[in-house]
Amino acid sequence: MSELFSLTVLTGIAYSGIRLATPYLFAALGEMFAQRSGVVNLGVEGIMLMGAFTAFAMATWTGNLWFALFCAAFIGLLMGLAMSFISVNMQAEQGISGIGMHLFGLGLSSLLFTKFLGSTKAITGFQPIKIPLLGDIPVIGEIFFNHNILVYLAFLLVPIAVWVLNKTTLGLKIRAVGVKPEAADSLGVSVSKIRYLCVSFGGVMAGIAGASLTLALINLFQENMTSGIGFIAVALVYFGGWTPVGVTLGALLFSLVNALQLWIQVLDKDKVIPSDFALMMPYVLTIAVLAFGKRTNQPAALTKPFDRGSH
Amino acid sequence: MSQVRRIVNTSFETLLPVVGVIVALIIGAFMLLALGANPITAYGALIEGAFGSQYSFMQTLVKATPLLLVGLGVCIAFRGGVINIGGEGQIIVGGLGATAIALALPNLPGVLLLPLALIAGIISGAIWGGIPGVLKARLGVNEILTTIMMNAIAQQLSNFLLRGPMIDPKEVLAKTYLPQSAQVPEQAWLMRLLPPTLLHLGTILAVVLAIGVFVFLWRTIIGYRIRAVGLNPSAAKYAGINVPTYQALALVLGGAFAGLAGAVEVLGVSHRMLDGVSGGYGFSGIVTALFGKLHPLGSIPASVLFGSLLVGADKMQRAVQVPASLIQVLLGLVVIFVVSSDIWVRRRASKRQTNG
Repeated sequence: MSELFSLTVLTGIAYSGIRLATPYLFAALGEMFAQRSGVVNLGVEGIMLMGAFTAFAMATWTGNLWFALFCAAFIGLLMGLAMSFISVNMQAEQGISGIGMHLFGLGLSSLLFTKFLGSTKAITGFQPIKIPLLGDIPVIGEIFFNHNILVYLAFLLVPIAVWVLNKTTLGLKIRAVGVKPEAADSLGVSVSKIRYLCVSFGGVMAGIAGASLTLALINLFQENMTSGIGFIAVALVYFGGWTPVGVTLGALLFSLVNALQLWIQVLDKDKVIPSDFALMMPYVLTIAVLAFGKRTNQPAALTKPFDRGSH
Repeated sequence: MSQVRRIVNTSFETLLPVVGVIVALIIGAFMLLALGANPITAYGALIEGAFGSQYSFMQTLVKATPLLLVGLGVCIAFRGGVINIGGEGQIIVGGLGATAIALALPNLPGVLLLPLALIAGIISGAIWGGIPGVLKARLGVNEILTTIMMNAIAQQLSNFLLRGPMIDPKEVLAKTYLPQSAQVPEQAWLMRLLPPTLLHLGTILAVVLAIGVFVFLWRTIIGYRIRAVGLNPSAAKYAGINVPTYQALALVLGGAFAGLAGAVEVLGVSHRMLDGVSGGYGFSGIVTALFGKLHPLGSIPASVLFGSLLVGADKMQRAVQVPASLIQVLLGLVVIFVVSSDIWVRRRASKRQTNG
């Protein structure tokens, strides 16, 4: 086990941790916008599965990875629009409607996969791109600057999210709608438009998060391959206190623990540490943070439908 | 006049889920057409697969049993105003608990061992639902998220136990290492009612419990308080009901029923703990409860309906080569329709109020 603390292994863990953060970041940052506008979309997992399948199928059939990514984002948009309609127009209980969306995506992705692809071979996904100069720095370069394009895009999303949320009028409107929709409405901000926009954006991001699994991380599709990432993304938004930086730190924590346990499985040949417990830790930690973390930023109108007629 | 209107309104509300299922089936028919299958042949095969023979009908009832048990737990939780998404994990720990007790006390007679194993399942599930319950009551932690996290933790716990301490010694000897426990002693099995079909005593137990939950929710003080907390927490608080305690209790009971479902699956069907014993029942149990309008007695026909879809799906798959996961798509649509159609129920209710 002493190998665990060698520089090579630690670098490897950090590198995989950053790589594995991609789906969490896309899904959780998208969900953060939905929640800041007052809507919890519990269907992220189902949307991710559809995104993962769509991207894989398109990459298999056309060989064009960018087209595949675009199609996954489009499916995410459609499912996000459906979720917006269910939450905004139908004012459905969000804790349950999201489970419906999850079952729908889970069922449809495995239906289409079994029907049209079945068992199929891996695709060639996005390859690592070494950033000139920065990529040559020892250790740091290896960890941060030798990733596939989706990793860079995921991390680029963080400052963009901070800027949109805190420095733009749109961000102000989103926050207002999530905290006090009546007030926003009385000032002429359309609550439904903002919520449609945020939930649909969350859908697009969930679609891309799913695609990042099939186009960059695993390069294969399997039934239910997201195995809970979408649900964790929803929890990460709470975990990160509804701020982009908090959500990012949470995502990194999850992916680093995942990377760590993968390496432990490789190195711990005598099975001293059961990997199941390592895999359990992020969930236990999430519960602990949910229980004892501060909840100062929770949008006051979270999960509460807005009925304009009743005001 | 108001009597008539009430009946009309009640039947409108009960009919909505049925309409939801019909709409889902129609969408399913279009999907079948798009996949190049004849919907009539497909649905025909589905019905035949679920009800065509005594064996298949009993199989439908066997599948309906865990759905009903989980659904009853969901009814109690939702009536108490809390959302329990943790059915999957609670089924898993329930199955693990029942298996552990049954394997630990192989010399006990069946009259003792069977109830003990069932109780072990109930307690395991109650603890698994109780942790989110206590966190909700004491610290205000969102129970949707914690129950989902508890699902993942239960899955890892089961992986660990079924590959390590609880693995069938035969699997180790044969070096196949299939993640499953040893068979539980025969005296702990739930009696088969109609051999060679798999129908077992658990089905009757579930129906009796459905009546029990109805009596509990509508004829006991504790049940009344749970419903009061769910209907209007602030009014319940002014009436002197300790809201957090009853929310936690609703989650504990929800977990207990799902845990029992896991125990019944092990003791009635597989006779050992398997990986994947929850089989999605944690989620389809929610669909069952919603379709039954969160009424324990309504959950009985709902569980038979969704049990039949699950059983018939295999036959449909063979008849028209459309994967059985179509059923999952339909279940998802049913959930979405039922929660979305609630808006009409609420609108009618508020109209009734304003009209006097």
